Amino acid sequence: MGYAYYPGCSLHGTAKEYDMSSRACLDFLGIEYRELPDWSCCGASSAHSVDHTLAVSLPARNLILAEQMNLPLMTPCTACYSRLRGAHHALRSDPGLARKVLTALGSEYKGRYEPLSILDVLYQYGPEAVGEKVTKKLKELKVACYYGCLLLRPPEYADFDDPENPGKMERLVETTGARAVDWPHRTECCGASLSLSDTKLVVSLATFIVDMAARHGAECIVTACPMCQANLDMRQRGRTKLPVYYVTELLGLAFGLEPKRLGLTTHMVNAMGLLRAKQLA
Amino acid sequence: MIRIGVFVCWCGSNIAGTVDVGKVAEESAKMPGVVHVEQNKYTCSDPGQDSIRKAIKEHRLDRVVVAACSPRMHEMTFRKCAASAGLNQYLVEMANIREHCSWVHSDMSVATPKAVDIVRRAVAKVKRSVPLFPSTIPVEKRALVIGGGIAGIQAALDIAEAGYEVTIVEREPTIGGRMAQLDKTFPTLDCSSCILTPKMVDAASHPGIRILTCSEVEDISGYVGNFQVRLRKRARSIDEARCTACGICISKCPTSRDSEFNMGLGTRKAIYMPFPQAVPNKPTIDREICRHFTEGKCGICQKVCPSGAVDFSQEDQVLNEKFGAVVAATGATQFSVEAYGEYGYGRYPDVITGLELERLISSTGPTDGKIRRPSDGRIPRTVVFIKCVGSRDENKGYPYCSKACCMYTAKHAILLKEKIPGASAYVFYMDVRAGGKDYEEFYQRSQEIGTRYVRGRVSRIYPLDGKLIVQGEDTLLGQRVEVEADLVVLAAAMVPQIDAPEMARKLGISYNQYGFFSEAHPKLRPVETNTAGVFLAGTCQGPKDIPETVAQASAAAVKVISLFAKSELTTNPNVASVDESLCSGCLWCMNVCPYKAIEEKIITERAGKETVTRSVASVNTGLCQGCGACTVACRDGAMNLLGFTNEQILAEVEALCL
Amino acid sequence: MCLLKILKTKGKRRMNYLNLSRHEGEWLPFAQAVEAEGGKKVLSCYQCGKCSAGCPVSFAMEEQPHQVIRMVQLGLSDRALNSPTIWRCAGCFTCTTRCPRGVDIAGVMSALRVIALARNVRTSRRAQAFHKVFLSLIKRYGRINEFELVVRYKLASMNLFQDLDLGLRMFMQGKLKPPRGIAGVRQLRSLFRHEKGGKRSGLRLLPGLQLTRHREGV
Repeated sequence: MGYAYYPGCSLHGTAKEYDMSSRACLDFLGIEYRELPDWSCCGASSAHSVDHTLAVSLPARNLILAEQMNLPLMTPCTACYSRLRGAHHALRSDPGLARKVLTALGSEYKGRYEPLSILDVLYQYGPEAVGEKVTKKLKELKVACYYGCLLLRPPEYADFDDPENPGKMERLVETTGARAVDWPHRTECCGASLSLSDTKLVVSLATFIVDMAARHGAECIVTACPMCQANLDMRQRGRTKLPVYYVTELLGLAFGLEPKRLGLTTHMVNAMGLLRAKQLA
Repeated sequence: MIRIGVFVCWCGSNIAGTVDVGKVAEESAKMPGVVHVEQNKYTCSDPGQDSIRKAIKEHRLDRVVVAACSPRMHEMTFRKCAASAGLNQYLVEMANIREHCSWVHSDMSVATPKAVDIVRRAVAKVKRSVPLFPSTIPVEKRALVIGGGIAGIQAALDIAEAGYEVTIVEREPTIGGRMAQLDKTFPTLDCSSCILTPKMVDAASHPGIRILTCSEVEDISGYVGNFQVRLRKRARSIDEARCTACGICISKCPTSRDSEFNMGLGTRKAIYMPFPQAVPNKPTIDREICRHFTEGKCGICQKVCPSGAVDFSQEDQVLNEKFGAVVAATGATQFSVEAYGEYGYGRYPDVITGLELERLISSTGPTDGKIRRPSDGRIPRTVVFIKCVGSRDENKGYPYCSKACCMYTAKHAILLKEKIPGASAYVFYMDVRAGGKDYEEFYQRSQEIGTRYVRGRVSRIYPLDGKLIVQGEDTLLGQRVEVEADLVVLAAAMVPQIDAPEMARKLGISYNQYGFFSEAHPKLRPVETNTAGVFLAGTCQGPKDIPETVAQASAAAVKVISLFAKSELTTNPNVASVDESLCSGCLWCMNVCPYKAIEEKIITERAGKETVTRSVASVNTGLCQGCGACTVACRDGAMNLLGFTNEQILAEVEALCL
Repeated sequence: MCLLKILKTKGKRRMNYLNLSRHEGEWLPFAQAVEAEGGKKVLSCYQCGKCSAGCPVSFAMEEQPHQVIRMVQLGLSDRALNSPTIWRCAGCFTCTTRCPRGVDIAGVMSALRVIALARNVRTSRRAQAFHKVFLSLIKRYGRINEFELVVRYKLASMNLFQDLDLGLRMFMQGKLKPPRGIAGVRQLRSLFRHEKGGKRSGLRLLPGLQLTRHREGV
């Protein structure tokens, strides 16, 4: 068994620390995975805005590749997760569209496995089991878990957790000994898809979200989405700057892995300062 | 010699507009057995019926086909008409050329031949009809009312006033239902208790009414006039005859839990009365939490009771009784608003439902009638009301309108301003539905005293610095709006009881996709069900307010009374009948019969020189509803539905297809 | 002057009334086109505004999301397709998740973007440039190279200097790297529509799909 690992474009670029820390965590926990060979881009929001069919056929190619490996597809990237699941859902529920897409790709798709997020995989491993592997408790670290949009919405296919009141990420993070603060804006959109085309707008969204996290006592934000991470990390302009970690970075740290191996040194808002102050790194 | 008369109806332009009636008449005349054909503008009218009577006599007709509307509409009319001319009413056949033809087609050249075919079918069938004779059954003149809310109380009082015995079965320890929980009622603002409790007392003291609380219906069998009902009366652990309702036991009881009557906003003891005016006015022991039952200790109530009424050894009683009619008045419940994660009910204590607010306003409630918010007991200054929570929402709730919420929200806003001068009320609404006598005026009054109505649905609520931030859209302004509220009240949808489908199965009635019981006809038979002798009252049939509930309850009572006014009932002769010579005794029919109307019968007969004993199916015509399931299941062709025999149906098929 | 204006626009509008009769023939086909592109149940909307209320970016929209839905319902295709709102939508699906009528509002927005591009309606040049560059990169390499994406987008949108500092830092951190193509890129290209003339010719197939070759490799 094991998983087909789909990093997605961001994880080979701006979100390379997410790739590094994901692989490090999977390796450490002994979860088997193989990178999906010759994977291609999922189309992200752009395919969505240009052609409804393309928005399904681009991710479909990757779904088919994984099915040919007979492995469930897993991705750390939330945006890819959304597109892959959306395509999986469309292929199974819209026969007309499925025929069109699969003919173009010259292949069939049974859809035996649902595409998963790395959080699903960690959940399948079990929060308790993850907790048992923790060697360095991240005590007193107050984190705001930030889900963003695409893990939870639309619930028709992106149903990692309750869309309005999720709690799975908190449970995972709390296995490290960190304390997850209760704050109401963990599912609010940060506007990442407009980060380049409508920067001013996005700055106000990101700043607001980070401010709300700080107001509820958080010292940092943790997320599972490279778009959210990059956006919150780059676009926050508030008085208090909060570092934005990937969930795998914190887990890796709690597993006692080297911060450098987890990519903690390449954030925009200094990610090491807080950890050093708390004597966690 | 068979002499059939065919009467083709124009139904004004309903049929004649799409079907060439003259042509249909002309073709009908050619059909074998038809000796007389007539056309009528309105066959159901007096002159139309007269012409049928006249033709039966003049042309010595022994079969009649009326080519007109659906049998559901006028079959009875024409049967009675034929009977008055001396013809057995089961020798009349309808050919539905309206609903099945003229209404669904627009092209006359297609509709006319189809109408002819439909008549040909009816002629072929009626040729094989035989006279049938209804039988009569006695009526047990006692009514069972299930549910002791305002609907059940009203129906019981009306039936009992007519002189018939009624039993109310209520599963809670008291009658009163939802209405007992309300503070005031719209649009008059009279106090709910002041108008309800006298009725509760009337019911309790009426010699014709017996009230069984803590009781439930376990099983119902039988048929109209003769229902066999098994009831379970749960042990109250109190000897009702001895108890004087002094209340010492309640004050001394050491165990408590959230009060259901106060919607969890206050507590009650393990031995309790839901509210002071409960009927019967006797406490009940909740065995789930009572220490005597959970730990085998305590027993304080028994020690302090001056009249020795506490009886821990009491057991459930099972009663088997016979009733002639049943009124289902099982009510509705409140939608679980936790489904709206974005509103945070259950996480934010100051987000409450309308019923919870009723308890906060009520002087018998947990705050003695002072509106205090649950989180910190402070008096709220700004209250936001959100309508349609669970209603008109097919995503998280139900698509239907719950009907009462617009008005009770207006009432809440008015009461809020009365109780807390200077408080401000916001109502987020999509439409205000105030169609009722004095309702619109009541809504306007709530606006005039300063309630701010904002047209739009609230998107989310979150707490910030002790306030609840309510974010919505004013769609009339085209702008997002935000209110800093102290208290948020959700107008939760009215939904069927969770066990409504189970109750429907016991009653043998149908229910809609949500679980509300179905009436026999939405307009013309609103309180009857498809099962004869079972009637509906109140919100078990659909969302209603109090006036509507009471009106329906009285209507159901009248139906019961008119049923009881007859000395005996006439049964429908369209029932199954077994040809014992063909029946092989496989009894497949018994398995498929939904009414338990088929039994095994042992017969003895001579085969050649020997005498053999074998089993065959036997139909209880009192129970049989004439559904025909058994005739389809019968592999021997031994089972026939009278009036729809296999021979008749095959003749119809042949007439249409050959 | 004012009167003249009224007289001039007489054919189109009288006295600033929006003549709904003129759009009568349009509303159903337009709504169907929107639904075909993924904007499910657009005709079911009853205008409660919950979408707009929860939209994280509606404060920056002149026309609120529910108003755009209304335009589709009335067949005001020009207004809907020209509305900057459809390009402001961040695609967060909050609206879709909360809609009491099951309308996929985010889906309607993306359907409108698809139709706007197909009909050559140019309103939000920046957003359109971004999507164009994005897809051209998938077509070229099979994957997105963020470095090239940003550079090309900046060139296309004439917005060269914003985020220069961030870009430099990322480059130093090794987050922005030169592009590399994947093996199956030819197959991917076949998935793209024939673009010339903006005409929709559906999916084009190239013979000898890379996928088959790839399958053997796995």
